[in-house]
Amino acid sequence: MASRVEILNDGGFRSDGRKQYELRDIVIDLSQQGSADGSVVLSHGLTQVSASVFGPREAKMRSQTLHDRANINIEVTFAPFSMGERRKRSRNDKRVLDFASTIKATFEPAIQTKLYPRSQIDIYINVLQQDGGVLQACINATTLALAAAGIPLLDFVCAVTGGVQSASPLLDLTTLEENDVPHLTVAVMPRTGNITLLTMETRLHVDRFEEIFQLVTSAGHVLHKEMKAAIKDRTRTLVAAMSVAPKAVGEKDPLYSERMDDS
Amino acid sequence: MVEITIRKRPRAEAVVTQRKFFKKTARGKVIKVLRERYLRNDVGCGISGCKTCTQPAQILLPSGGSAESKLFLNGHFIIPDTNVFLAQMDLMESNLFNPPVILLQTVLEEVRHRSLPLYNRLRALVKSDDKRIWVFYNEFHSETAVVRVQDETPNDRNDRGIRKATAWYSSHISLINPPVRGQHPKPKPIVVLLTDDLQNRIKGEKEGIKCSSVREYVESLGDHSAQLLDLLSAEGDEIEPTRVQSSSKQALYPEYLPLSAVFAGVKNGQLHQGHFNASQYNYLEGSVLTPAFSRPVLLIGRENMNRAVHGDVVAIEIFDEKDWKVPVDQVIDQEAALKNDDAEDSEDEGEDEMFVQEKKALQEERLAVSAGSSKQPTGRVVGIIKRNWRAYVCHIDSTSLSSSHATSLSQQTVFATPVSRLLPRIRLRTRQAPALIGQKILVTIDRWDATSRYPEGHFVRALGKVESKEAEQESLLLEFDVPYRPFGKAILDCLPPEGDSWVVPPRDPNDPVWRDREDLRALDVCSIDPPGCQDIDDALHARRLSNGNIEAGVHIADVSHFVHPETPMDTEAAARGTTVYLVDKRIDMLPSLLGTNLCSLRPFVERLAFSVIWELTPDAKIVNARFAKSVISSKSAFTYEEAQTRKDDKTRNDELTESIRVLNSLAQKLKAGRMAAGALNLASPEVKIYLESSESSDPIDVEQKKLLETNSLVEEFMLLANISVAQKIQETFPQTAVLRRHLPPPQTNFEKLQDILQKRKGMNLDVSSSGALAASLDKCEDPELPAFNTLVRIMATRCMLSAEYFCSGSVARDTFGHYGLASPIYTHFTSPIRRYADVLVHRQLAASIGYSPLHATLHSKGHVERTLDVVNRRHRMAQMAGRASVEFYVGLVLKARGGESIVQEEAFVIRAFRNGLGVFVSKLGIEGLVMFKGEPKYDADNYTLTVPSPENEDVTIAVFDKVVVQVEVEKDKNTQRGKVKMTLVDPPVARTL
Repeated sequence: MASRVEILNDGGFRSDGRKQYELRDIVIDLSQQGSADGSVVLSHGLTQVSASVFGPREAKMRSQTLHDRANINIEVTFAPFSMGERRKRSRNDKRVLDFASTIKATFEPAIQTKLYPRSQIDIYINVLQQDGGVLQACINATTLALAAAGIPLLDFVCAVTGGVQSASPLLDLTTLEENDVPHLTVAVMPRTGNITLLTMETRLHVDRFEEIFQLVTSAGHVLHKEMKAAIKDRTRTLVAAMSVAPKAVGEKDPLYSERMDDS
Repeated sequence: MVEITIRKRPRAEAVVTQRKFFKKTARGKVIKVLRERYLRNDVGCGISGCKTCTQPAQILLPSGGSAESKLFLNGHFIIPDTNVFLAQMDLMESNLFNPPVILLQTVLEEVRHRSLPLYNRLRALVKSDDKRIWVFYNEFHSETAVVRVQDETPNDRNDRGIRKATAWYSSHISLINPPVRGQHPKPKPIVVLLTDDLQNRIKGEKEGIKCSSVREYVESLGDHSAQLLDLLSAEGDEIEPTRVQSSSKQALYPEYLPLSAVFAGVKNGQLHQGHFNASQYNYLEGSVLTPAFSRPVLLIGRENMNRAVHGDVVAIEIFDEKDWKVPVDQVIDQEAALKNDDAEDSEDEGEDEMFVQEKKALQEERLAVSAGSSKQPTGRVVGIIKRNWRAYVCHIDSTSLSSSHATSLSQQTVFATPVSRLLPRIRLRTRQAPALIGQKILVTIDRWDATSRYPEGHFVRALGKVESKEAEQESLLLEFDVPYRPFGKAILDCLPPEGDSWVVPPRDPNDPVWRDREDLRALDVCSIDPPGCQDIDDALHARRLSNGNIEAGVHIADVSHFVHPETPMDTEAAARGTTVYLVDKRIDMLPSLLGTNLCSLRPFVERLAFSVIWELTPDAKIVNARFAKSVISSKSAFTYEEAQTRKDDKTRNDELTESIRVLNSLAQKLKAGRMAAGALNLASPEVKIYLESSESSDPIDVEQKKLLETNSLVEEFMLLANISVAQKIQETFPQTAVLRRHLPPPQTNFEKLQDILQKRKGMNLDVSSSGALAASLDKCEDPELPAFNTLVRIMATRCMLSAEYFCSGSVARDTFGHYGLASPIYTHFTSPIRRYADVLVHRQLAASIGYSPLHATLHSKGHVERTLDVVNRRHRMAQMAGRASVEFYVGLVLKARGGESIVQEEAFVIRAFRNGLGVFVSKLGIEGLVMFKGEPKYDADNYTLTVPSPENEDVTIAVFDKVVVQVEVEKDKNTQRGKVKMTLVDPPVARTL
């Protein structure tokens, strides 16, 4: 009985024991999956998605070829077992297509598509488990998979969900909370502070919006650190595997572009 | 800026932090649920002086605990388990009981799942300043979190969690007070697990936890223990599992018989059919009036009422005669009794406390049945023949809400309490419950399954804020099913195209308007109506004839000239049936152009009328009567008072005044004749509301309606006209005449009143005939109490049946009579603007005098019957709506007055219950209940109630006693429903509720 769970109890705890401004445990697994150029399995708490990036490669279809930049193709599938209720979504489900195009719009300003005219970047996202913040997880996973594939990005894109219970803002909502409180998802590019996505499907009072928006944006920065660390870690492992001993601390890795290494 | 962190949940801890389970939905689908939780070490223990925990700067528990208990001299804290809160909430809420309490999250959540109302009480308790309660979130603390192990019930798991938390506290206290070397070790306070579950205590002791039962603990408290022991509920002594082992869904009600079996049963007489009437006073009782029994069949208890809702047509089975009972004289309020019932969980509760309590209430009644009282047949509902469910006006019960944040989008199950006390609470699922609190809403019942205690419904729409006039008015109209939408275009198109410039054309025999019409414009016709009346549908005249006789005429607006059969306007009027008068609004049956203008017999304009003209002897004997369509021109529109003063003014001798005098003298004779024939002079509690102005409609005062001579004048002539018309149309159309009758009430209806009068006042009520009743009612006088006679009349009126329209061909000739008026035949002819039956009568009368042919529909018995059924129903509803509207305004007046001073009014006791009195405040025209706490002594045979007074003397109050009550309007906290609350002032009693 969903409604029987208190979203934020008097002791300041949420239903899963977190406090208002605590994000869920994030697990990033960047290990190679099949023939993908870059792939990741990312989980925010119990929400788990895998993303694989192929490309840039030659566009398969003539019609989709853009002469001055690469075409981004995103396909999202929801695993039938990802939700409590087993349900198969068709490939042409309107909501899924809409979801994919949202992600595409989020990444268009971040990927340097101009570098690869007449080519295509395929991103396949598989939602394995849903417990709130699916969009946020998909965006973060895509960022990581793109980075792992070595596709030049202007910046990380970090997405976080935030909601308001009465007057108290909450971060990183679970399904329970998403059902109960008005919420929004923001994708931020931490270096520039640009916002590439903001969605809200529920009503939220204008007065609350500013506050929650600021909060979610700063949560994006926190997430950014975590994601960056994961990428660095992975690169280090790869470099080690190539039996090129890591240089002394402080020196730049050759594979590691300067853009990634802001501070 | 706040600090944003990422909470880590190590994989190794997943056994404790992650949970997967399957749950079956109501539809039978199985759903997988995954939950995680984040365990932490920064959950505060709440004990002041603890350095290991990060504590908020709130009121903390004293570091030494409390030394009040004799059992734990070194100081102690108590950790009560769930049952303590479920069963002993009164103890916990007591001001005298305030040891430092550690409330575990496990307990809090279990209370929440068991009963939301109790949970809300508990939350209020935690927040109150005079309690020392610390909520410890043990489920989130890494050292106290538990997981359910294989084969463990949720209940056992919770108990284990509570014990683990208690153990943790015990060891934690040693950390707070570390032994200092060299010093004598300070005595450490202990943590006591308070539980009434023996099993739990045994396990606790084994694990080295100090345990105590509630009784044992309270006894050790010293000073106030005696008072506190009183608060212990008996339930606490028994050991019951916290959670009823839910055996999926248990049927709470017997299943209905198949419809074919029901019909067969009704046909062969095994079952009986009738309308289900819920009891106003006792939600566990209802009755069904069936033709087979002279007294209504009682249905006692939920199971026997078997999901019938007030108004449903049900099939009932009668119990053996030895099981027949007397209706109980106890007021059982659903809200009070089921206060702690839970909207969400009540689905899967089987035999629980509520049922046990209800059973107890019913049993008590059974014991109280005295041998002398007359018994009524009892039975149970075995099938529903027709549901008469509609949309009900309700309030949301705020305690049934699980989340009261207005922004919450969660779907919750809540209770909607109907405004009418006759209806059960309705369970409702909505996403906007918090926003609906304090609003009047419309709810329809969807279904009532055998497994569900309450009917389930859905939200239709919100009507507006409680007590706003618009919302109240609309809810009233909806509640009584009054069609109040504005007239549509098709209907307005039926009006004369000239609109309000329509006039009677100049006299011309070829003009269709003038065809067969008499020109009565020269007569001195006038109308007498209440002040502010806009729809004047009757006017009168009288003049002396040369032969010494008197010609008197009643002229009724000729509505049938404008409203033709089978037009949209006619259909709409038939559907509306009647105009509804509320205190500040009138809902018209006909468009206002007709009602207040073209058909209204306003003064100084020519109007079409249907006239009844008699030649009467000066002794008011009818020489002859004739009926004619006519054109009249009213010379004046009087109010009752104006007419009265004009008549009494000796200086005036003009024709108009003279004719009023003639009419008045005739009316007095007519009335005397009627009374001699045995007509009843009945009384109903009518009051008038004075509004400040027509715009603001703020009531300023309320007073009883006064009756003048002229009221009676108009009434007598209308009765005469109605009777004359009834005879005429019955003669012409014996099969389809639209008539009105009032059946004589069954003698048994009066039994109770007769008994009360006999026992309390030594008076006799002879109900053998209406004449006898009228005579004996006249004798019911109490010289000390002038209002007593009126009271008896009001009560006698309530014993009677209501009058109804009928089609003359549908019932036996000998049942045509009108009991109240003592007339062998009667109809309604005089108010066609506001009553649809009158329109039909007009058409029949016009046909019977050969003015126009009768429309085919009025030749059909079936059609007339169907139309009259609707009209009868609407008529009843309109009366109730009007009364309810007055009641609402009386409430407003009381509220306005209550602001300045306490309203105290004289009242009569009209009913005695086992736990209260029904009183009637004649000045305000309202009825109310005075409830008493505890167990007053009730004497059912003598209709008295004995209540202790402050001086410890018993006061006995009997039916018909005059008392003084304090009247105030009180808002129910949960439902926002304004309730008139009455308390006894004189004679003084100790504890009124």
